[in-house]
Amino acid sequence: MAGHTQQLSKDDLWGGNSSPFGVTYGKMMMWYFLVSDALTFGGLLTAYGVIRHSSSDPWPVGEQVFEALPFIHGSYPLMYVALMTFILIISSVTMVLAVEAGHRKDKTGVIKWLGYTIIGGFFFLGSQAWEWSHFIHGSGGGFQLATPMTVTAEMESGEKVQMNLPAGSWVHMEAEFGHAYEHAMEGGHAAPAEHAEHGGHGEHAAPAAEEHHVNIADLKPAKLILNKYTLEHKDGKDLRKLSVSGEDCEKLWAAQAEGTMAFGANLHKNEYAVQQQYSNFFFFVTGFHGFHVFSGVVINIIVWLMAIGGEFERRGHYETIEKIGLYWHFVDLVWVFVFTFFYLV
Amino acid sequence: MERDDLIVNDSYALNATHTEEEGKKIRKKLYNVTILLTVITIIEVFMGVAFKRNGTFAWETIKLGFIVLTAVKAAYIVLVFMHLGDERKNLKYVVLLPYALFIMYLIFIGLYEGLAVQEMNNVWR
Repeated sequence: MAGHTQQLSKDDLWGGNSSPFGVTYGKMMMWYFLVSDALTFGGLLTAYGVIRHSSSDPWPVGEQVFEALPFIHGSYPLMYVALMTFILIISSVTMVLAVEAGHRKDKTGVIKWLGYTIIGGFFFLGSQAWEWSHFIHGSGGGFQLATPMTVTAEMESGEKVQMNLPAGSWVHMEAEFGHAYEHAMEGGHAAPAEHAEHGGHGEHAAPAAEEHHVNIADLKPAKLILNKYTLEHKDGKDLRKLSVSGEDCEKLWAAQAEGTMAFGANLHKNEYAVQQQYSNFFFFVTGFHGFHVFSGVVINIIVWLMAIGGEFERRGHYETIEKIGLYWHFVDLVWVFVFTFFYLV
Repeated sequence: MERDDLIVNDSYALNATHTEEEGKKIRKKLYNVTILLTVITIIEVFMGVAFKRNGTFAWETIKLGFIVLTAVKAAYIVLVFMHLGDERKNLKYVVLLPYALFIMYLIFIGLYEGLAVQEMNNVWR
């Protein structure tokens, strides 16, 4: 790379005969835009940090919340988001290769690499849609306790441990039972227990289809889970995902605090944390980033079509590729930080 | 009309073209950075899965490690992929310094205030 090492005198730089920054107006403005956009994202992530630091309740742990993969059962902590990160990094690389091809005025190279970048962008958007869908549906749901209690729970190793749960603690259901219960609450036309007093007039009593008729009061979990999303290691013991069954399970089930039952997450409730801000920030920050990716893909497609049409051959340079490249790399850059602060730390 | 914003004699000027030879060198650098970014991501995921969050000093160090690794990744993306490292010094600093100044202050004051709120919550709970 030539040019950039040469020493220029102040007169040459700021004398008014040339651009002191050595870049075109368009590229300079792209940089200014990216600085302001980076401040927006910086503000959002800092706000997330403020809420997280100001909270006394445990904050959900990324590797416990995000451990699912499409089409496969089981626990694969952080694998899916690592894949998303990798897709975005690779699409950033193909973009920089498109920029490099542009500098060699290699039209077919630009079209090829920019095309791959667009495909990578679509893959990322699709992955994010799945991620959101999984986050919104949740994995089983949970409720908070109305009263403090002490229960015996079983660790994954089979060892029993005594747990003191303060009021407001989260208790989670197993995925299978939770989904059945959620279905019964929404579609099983039997009036849920808490609505029994004013729901007993008969208009809710007729089930739409006989085979879907489930009396919600009959549904009782065989097993409940403690510490599903909050990692706890104490005194060398792994207190993650403790299971409670038998009498203690019934006790916990009976101690539900009214109106705390949540399945997955929306803007009013979430099963992951006491703090509603947790899911609100997740939706806002990853959504805002996803919208940037979406607009980036749209811009890339437009420029890709321009490249195919030979517009940049006519202009004599491929600087547009460089400008949209800056934007695309910025989107990757933001994701690097979102990845760290939402999933890792 | 003659344009007055055309920059000449710079590696990323409008009229600058790279030869096939230069292109090879640049691409080699890009591939190396790609490998580096991928390896850092794998290390981060491994650290996230392997280490126990128990509020001890060790976990606090790991957390700091994540932030350092992220900063390294960000630096490579900005300086190599966005080739800010190859731009003139004054553009580099016009972009980086004001941002660094604002964001460091924002992070400091945000986290400081957040912790103060938490302390109040713990007292008045």
